[in-house]
Amino acid sequence: MDIVVNNKPEKLTNGDRLSELLVQLGLFEKKGIAVAVNNNVIGKSEWEKCGLNQNDKITIIRPTQGG
Amino acid sequence: MESKGLKIGDKIFNSRLFTGTGKFSSSGLMEQALLASGSELVTVALKRVDAQNEDDDILKHLGHPQFNLLPNTSGVRTAKEAVFAAQMAREALETNWLKLEIHPDPKYLLPDPIETLKAAEELVKLGFIVLPYVHADPVLCKRLEEVGVAAVMPLGSPIGSNKGLRAKDFLEIIIAQSKVPVVVDAGIGAPSHAAEAMEMGADALLVNTAIAVAGDPVRMAIAFKMAVDAGRMAFEARLAKPSGLAVASSPLTAFLED
Repeated sequence: MDIVVNNKPEKLTNGDRLSELLVQLGLFEKKGIAVAVNNNVIGKSEWEKCGLNQNDKITIIRPTQGG
Repeated sequence: MESKGLKIGDKIFNSRLFTGTGKFSSSGLMEQALLASGSELVTVALKRVDAQNEDDDILKHLGHPQFNLLPNTSGVRTAKEAVFAAQMAREALETNWLKLEIHPDPKYLLPDPIETLKAAEELVKLGFIVLPYVHADPVLCKRLEEVGVAAVMPLGSPIGSNKGLRAKDFLEIIIAQSKVPVVVDAGIGAPSHAAEAMEMGADALLVNTAIAVAGDPVRMAIAFKMAVDAGRMAFEARLAKPSGLAVASSPLTAFLED
């Protein structure tokens, strides 16, 4: 499935769940990240239930240095 | 009289020096400087994850019990984007606390008052503890207070400019009439500026650049801590009033020639 992750094209090769995308990206266990699908924030407890569709826009953020 | 802590939202802070995490030359140095500052509220920004190119994880350096995290919304240009960023921040950092900053123009980084008020109102309704970064605008600060922000954070001068309290006359009005804590944010470039703001009665300060880019950030952090403590103590002790004329502090009794 073709999706867009942080404005870059990405192929989800195994499955169609948000949790499977995060495993593929090596981010499933990562602390301090937040995820949105088409600008809707998806809480961690919802990752396994959240199905993805072709061309979905995924945003993944984490904290960084700032004032 | 012992200095009392500062209550914002549901938290009491013993340190009135809040700090930012930007611009340090390394995360290790940032951690040391922030610990030395005694700061209990530390800002972080948000960025997109780049799975191929991940640098140092900032949270590893901020996991001390001393620190409460204050995520900011830097990078957003509208109220709508700010609400989205806030929800992402809450999810990522498991905190309702938010430094609301909306500055669409990257040259001067001046906060947009209209979008900030709109976003603050919505975020308060969504249960956030909102600390908005704003111009030193007493009217805007009152409006923000009315929509339920936990504190206001007016600027001393533009972000990162190190120019000190250029907005002093307006900060004084804000401090005089605010019912929520006033945290002077942005532009504080030297411990003397910090002491001046605290002597005026600011409740707290947020300092980032002046510590982060100092020759020795750890010692500068300590200098700011001392200045904030001294300024606060002077405010609580009530400063002597300035006078246009000389007022003798020694007796002027002539004893050389009688």
